Amino acid sequence: MSRFKELQKNLFGGTTSNARQFGMIFTLVAIVLLFQLLTANNIGVGFGDGLTLRSDNLIALLQQNSYILILAIGMLMVIVAGHIDLSVGSVAAFTGILVAKSMAEWDFPWPVAILFGLAIGAVIGAWQGFWVAYVGVPAFIVTLAGMLLFRGANQFVGNANTIPVPEGFQDIGAGFLPEWGPDTGYNNSTLLLGLIACVAVVWREWSARRTRIEMSADPAPLWVSGIRVAIMLAVLIFVTLRFAGGRVGTSFPVSGLILVVLVLLYSFYTRNTAGGRYIYAVGGNSRAAELSGVKLKRVNFFVMMNMSVLASLAGMIFVARSAASGPQDGLNWELDAIAAVFIGGAAVSGGIGTISGSIVGGLVMAVLNNGLQLLGVGTDRVSIIKGLVLLLAVALDVYNKSQGRFSIIGSLTRPFRKDTPPAPGATGSNPEPAKTTVGG
Amino acid sequence: MTTDAPILLEMRSITKEFPGVKALSDVNLVVRSGEIHAICGENGAGKSTLMKVLSGVYPYGTYSGDIVYQGQEARFSDIRQSERAGIVIIHQELALIPDMSITENMFLGNEPRRRGAIDWKVAQKRAKELMRQVGLDEDPDTLIKDIGVGKQQLVEIAKAFAKDVKLLILDEPTAALNEADSQHLLDLLRGFREQGITSIMISHKLNEIEAISDSITILRDGRTVETLDVKGDGVDEDRIVRGMVGRELSSRFPDHTPKIGEVFFEVSNWNVKHPITDRLVCKNETFTVRRGEIVGFAGLMGAGRTELAMSVFGRSYGVFQSGRIVKDGKEIQLKTVADAIHHGLAYVSEDRKAIGLNLLDDIKTSTVAAKLSKISHRGVLSEVEEYEAAEAYRKELRTKAPTVDEGVSKLSGGNQQKVVLAKWMFTDPDLLILDEPTRGIDVGAKYEIYGIIQRLADQGKGVIVISSELPELIGLCDRIYTVFEGQITGELSREQANPESLMKQMTSTKKMQTR
Repeated sequence: MSRFKELQKNLFGGTTSNARQFGMIFTLVAIVLLFQLLTANNIGVGFGDGLTLRSDNLIALLQQNSYILILAIGMLMVIVAGHIDLSVGSVAAFTGILVAKSMAEWDFPWPVAILFGLAIGAVIGAWQGFWVAYVGVPAFIVTLAGMLLFRGANQFVGNANTIPVPEGFQDIGAGFLPEWGPDTGYNNSTLLLGLIACVAVVWREWSARRTRIEMSADPAPLWVSGIRVAIMLAVLIFVTLRFAGGRVGTSFPVSGLILVVLVLLYSFYTRNTAGGRYIYAVGGNSRAAELSGVKLKRVNFFVMMNMSVLASLAGMIFVARSAASGPQDGLNWELDAIAAVFIGGAAVSGGIGTISGSIVGGLVMAVLNNGLQLLGVGTDRVSIIKGLVLLLAVALDVYNKSQGRFSIIGSLTRPFRKDTPPAPGATGSNPEPAKTTVGG
Repeated sequence: MTTDAPILLEMRSITKEFPGVKALSDVNLVVRSGEIHAICGENGAGKSTLMKVLSGVYPYGTYSGDIVYQGQEARFSDIRQSERAGIVIIHQELALIPDMSITENMFLGNEPRRRGAIDWKVAQKRAKELMRQVGLDEDPDTLIKDIGVGKQQLVEIAKAFAKDVKLLILDEPTAALNEADSQHLLDLLRGFREQGITSIMISHKLNEIEAISDSITILRDGRTVETLDVKGDGVDEDRIVRGMVGRELSSRFPDHTPKIGEVFFEVSNWNVKHPITDRLVCKNETFTVRRGEIVGFAGLMGAGRTELAMSVFGRSYGVFQSGRIVKDGKEIQLKTVADAIHHGLAYVSEDRKAIGLNLLDDIKTSTVAAKLSKISHRGVLSEVEEYEAAEAYRKELRTKAPTVDEGVSKLSGGNQQKVVLAKWMFTDPDLLILDEPTRGIDVGAKYEIYGIIQRLADQGKGVIVISSELPELIGLCDRIYTVFEGQITGELSREQANPESLMKQMTSTKKMQTR
């Protein structure tokens, strides 16, 4: 019994450990397994042959949602700083049409077009950041204006037409990693990625233990660390094999790789740099942050600008995947991104939230969407269910917090607390260093 | 008040537990009709919890023990029920809405109605009556944000009267008030006693308690220590302190021999305009600070002391007009807070919850927040160094917390203040400006904070202390400036400073040359 308690305490965090602590990750795993079961029953096959965990479905799932998840990264930072961005869908659409046009009519080579697209994002972001940070117009208003403005601009530039994009460009949204080396029956690039992720997980756990010892705090017992690493490795290996074992020519998608790199980069930025901490400080108490020497305007300008750059990137990935840019691109994306961030545990008032939490929140929505579609549920009912899930997820968290009980989402949003449960690479496709026990 | 007056309220063996903490255990309180009953105790002793039990914030059933009020057992399930019984609590943080008028605030939740609509005529008339009762001379249509905090306190009391109060509970009513406003409030309470209204008062200001209360109940660590009859027992401040801390405090201030060096910081002809209006909040102010010196700034609320400090600290208040800052013989420009920190200034604000701390943070994040560069290597924060720095300050300042991972919102006022001090000590300042460093802090913690201030001065730093408590300035400071309406009106040495000499110059623009 005591061993079990020790495991419970250290594997997923604090002393008040219970099933809730598995939090959104647990929910995510449960939803995946549920849909795996339901889809298998639906077509009358065994659990292992369900549609949800099939290689082609996982690949499609990631490709279809990578751009929303990229938006969620930027949106998390905007919301933590205490703002909101409603314009991301329109900004994505506007960038998409300009980039498509630059290649189709002005003969930009595609790599240049991508840089061009990012530059557009930076300019739009500077525009919105200027109004929010330096003039002091609430971000809600600035980006509501931006939403109308850039949607109109998209249709103005494209004459409300669709513009196709060339094949090289399509790779960032629909492309796969190259095939090379011996014929293993799997995609070797994906296998290599999986291997790197596994090494990273082990290294991360080891260095976290070392940090704890350096702080003269007790690390979790060695065998608990072992179990934790084993669970993460198992998930990683399973997911790697799934992504590597699809149809010939498919692999872990390029857009997924872009997402993973961004998640790693931004997680590091928000957690381990002064700039990242300033965002939390501004959202938590802007006056206190200002009196601590934080340059408020600069931080607000940066988060708004960064969001638009990421929105542009997301727009380009979407255009690449659908091979053309159209007037309805990016419709309602802002809502999906905002929902992901709040399901992932961010506070409406700012100051609280993590990138990995938002990604998990986004994946919960994505898996739900995908699973319901596989079951043949109509979009009307999918929308109703998604709305209820958003409401319930946040309500449960609010309720738990008000009861002074351990908060699932709260536990996910404390990157430095020693009571933090590990986030085992989200779907596992994502070798983000898990939030292992690092605190003091 | 005689001890044979009828008992109005009796709380019997009240025990209240929170998950993992026993906030009150077996607390007893007897309040007699028509008396002013003070409740004393250090922060965390359970005073506020006890009042929350009484007023129904913690409903019947969430605590054990009995409340007998007006001879009957009371079981309040919310504040409305206790208010209906005539128990009204005025919280330390005033519950007024800044953008509403005095009248609107006074009747909020208690509006006089006629056929479903609010009857503003009646409200206005009653508001005027009530305002006369509490001695508030203002237009009832004035917005709350346009009157000072002293008058806001009076509005709160008038609001309580609008509810037909029988037992008035005041939680730290004078904490935010200057001496004159405090005095007015205390006189008012004496007046209420004449009218037969019973008051319970929680306060850290022992001189006020001694002056006004009829009996005192002292709490320590969630238990009743004793109940004193002020006149009968011959109670004085030292007697109360002994009860609160459970030991004799030989002195309110630690012994200290100042080691004062040369002048190193000088502000001259400092002029600053109010951020919105054209009014000057700092008028041609000039002052100096020596190394190792503790310099006090005395003044009434609204005299412009905080405005002066914040405008010097990287122009974080008002619109800069003119003035020079010279540090170590060189003129420096402090245009932003970052400049000020860079040049070795630190400002500990008077309102640690609103603008001093991010209450979502834990101790270690707060400790390093004002100088992240010190724990960064090529832009990357070092968790180990952050932890070690925070831990070192926790030990040095004896901050009471299990670990530096504890959220600052869970700490008591005194310990929060220590975290704020640690945050600014971490920036290695040469000059610390402490604005009301002991506001809302209990006696024991105050003593510790004074010790910290003196140690900082002994390290050769200059310390500026802004305080509304004259005994604190007199006991702590080597030199005191007085400020009145945005001007420095006097400069007194430790020997010259006494409550009378300070008060005289705090209330007059006539510059007296006392040096």
